[in-house]
Amino acid sequence: MATQHSRSVARLMMAPAVVLLLGWMLVPLTMTLYFSFKKYLPLRGGDLGWVGFDNYVRFVSSSSFWPAVQATLVIVGGVLVITVILGILLAMLLDQPMWGQGVVRILVIAPFFVMPTVSALVWKNMFMDPVNGLLAHLWRFFGAEPISWLSEASMTSIVMIVSWQWLPFATLILLTAIQSLDSEQLEAAEMDGAPVLKRFYHIILPHLGRAITIVILIQTIFLLSIFAEIFVTTGGAFGTRTLTYMIFQRVLESQNVGLGSAGGVYAIILANIVAIFLMRIVGKNLDA
Amino acid sequence: MARTVTTQRKTLNTALAWAVGLLIFFPIFWTILTSFKTEAQAIASPPIFLNFEWTLENYAIVQERSDYMRFLWNSVIIAGGSTVLGVIVAIPAAWAMAFVPSKRTKDILLWMLSTKMLPAVGVLYPIYLLFIQLGLLDSRGGLVVVLMLINLPIIVWMLYTYFREIPGEILEAARMDGATLKEEILYILTPMAIPGIASTVLLNFILAWNEAFWTLNLTAVDAAPLTAFIASYSSPEGLFFAKLSAASTMAIAPILILGWFSQKQLVRGLTFGAVK
Repeated sequence: MATQHSRSVARLMMAPAVVLLLGWMLVPLTMTLYFSFKKYLPLRGGDLGWVGFDNYVRFVSSSSFWPAVQATLVIVGGVLVITVILGILLAMLLDQPMWGQGVVRILVIAPFFVMPTVSALVWKNMFMDPVNGLLAHLWRFFGAEPISWLSEASMTSIVMIVSWQWLPFATLILLTAIQSLDSEQLEAAEMDGAPVLKRFYHIILPHLGRAITIVILIQTIFLLSIFAEIFVTTGGAFGTRTLTYMIFQRVLESQNVGLGSAGGVYAIILANIVAIFLMRIVGKNLDA
Repeated sequence: MARTVTTQRKTLNTALAWAVGLLIFFPIFWTILTSFKTEAQAIASPPIFLNFEWTLENYAIVQERSDYMRFLWNSVIIAGGSTVLGVIVAIPAAWAMAFVPSKRTKDILLWMLSTKMLPAVGVLYPIYLLFIQLGLLDSRGGLVVVLMLINLPIIVWMLYTYFREIPGEILEAARMDGATLKEEILYILTPMAIPGIASTVLLNFILAWNEAFWTLNLTAVDAAPLTAFIASYSSPEGLFFAKLSAASTMAIAPILILGWFSQKQLVRGLTFGAVK
């Protein structure tokens, strides 16, 4: 029953948030676009004029571009597969009747609250250090040669660290979704003697479909821009330079702003492709 | 939820779930434990579990050498400031969208969400440049604003989903009785919305506390929060496990405790209300 008056008040109330976000989006975006068409080296001559699409071409034809794409895909893909599969299993386990469920939940969720720099450093040193790390001790205990995780198995290590951080998120969301499942339906299937796997495929998995999609989309957006985990572990060495990290290096380390900005535009396009799918799902939910 | 199970099955579930839970929690447990060891004990082979003399010396050393309190204070100000500022901007917006919805409300909400998807690295240089020109580099004020902006979409969304659950009839009734907009907000809406606002504040404080792209790239010394403090341990101090553990424990302890209160809100906040 909104009156004309309350509408204009509402518009006024939304204004600060809208204006701020509009500015936050448009100003840097315009600048990135602007720089991406320039040869711009702040430390070596500054603005050296327009170069058209040169930066875009150079960014993708650089010898480190495809390895970076590969590293990005391996990290995003690896973490998604691990967290979604383990997340489903863990959510189903946590949904079972047990003693101390609340405490187990807390234990499982905890890694999500650890700041990225801490988890990366703790894993790097206390677990993955080839001499004193706990994994090295474990390897030696079984008579195996300890692995220099972050140099010999760098990608595996990063995927492990990041999966540890994101498993709680996937588990928590999938658990919430499982708990909204009509337990009568499951019980009926159980009564009818449907085996566990059948129940999983025909009842649980379809019910989780939307939650899984949401987990995948949201995680993809965050995983595409992983930074601190690489910054403090390998610094982009040993094949762990992702697109995000490569752009960071172009812009801040080698101060080639034009080239880095072109990379930034690619990153924005990539993130938007994922975002469109996420927004569709979220938007549908708004109508409900 | 009267699913009857045998005690045997329940025991099995319990054992399995606890084993997995402890395994996932182990790195945190190990970090906290190591922080109470001496450096020699921390790298002892085979590793020492509980049979060692607990010491607080690492905490003292970390405090003394790196001025931990300053980093902590920066984290509190940056995370707290950006959250408070964000909530102040977001409450009116979320209120308007929840109670005076128009045809465009959905579009505005989705557009706000889309700004959250903007990859930080894509706008790194412009922000960096603006910070230099405005003299904001390595200042707490600058980071408060940036973190407020990156979390604003989440804040608006969370508040919106909470506000929408407040029955509109109550507001209608208040309006009938002649309540002004100010009274409506102050006496009716605010008390009903407090739990939702509190959850929003909590989750966003956590997100801002742990943010590690802008806090690493836009600070140097003065405004560096705990994320940067820990990153400074990446070498060579990281090889001193006990000190690294003490520093890490201090950085994550406040948030672990807050985090446990926010489990439920986490789902709603991070899925933009799509999973509740």
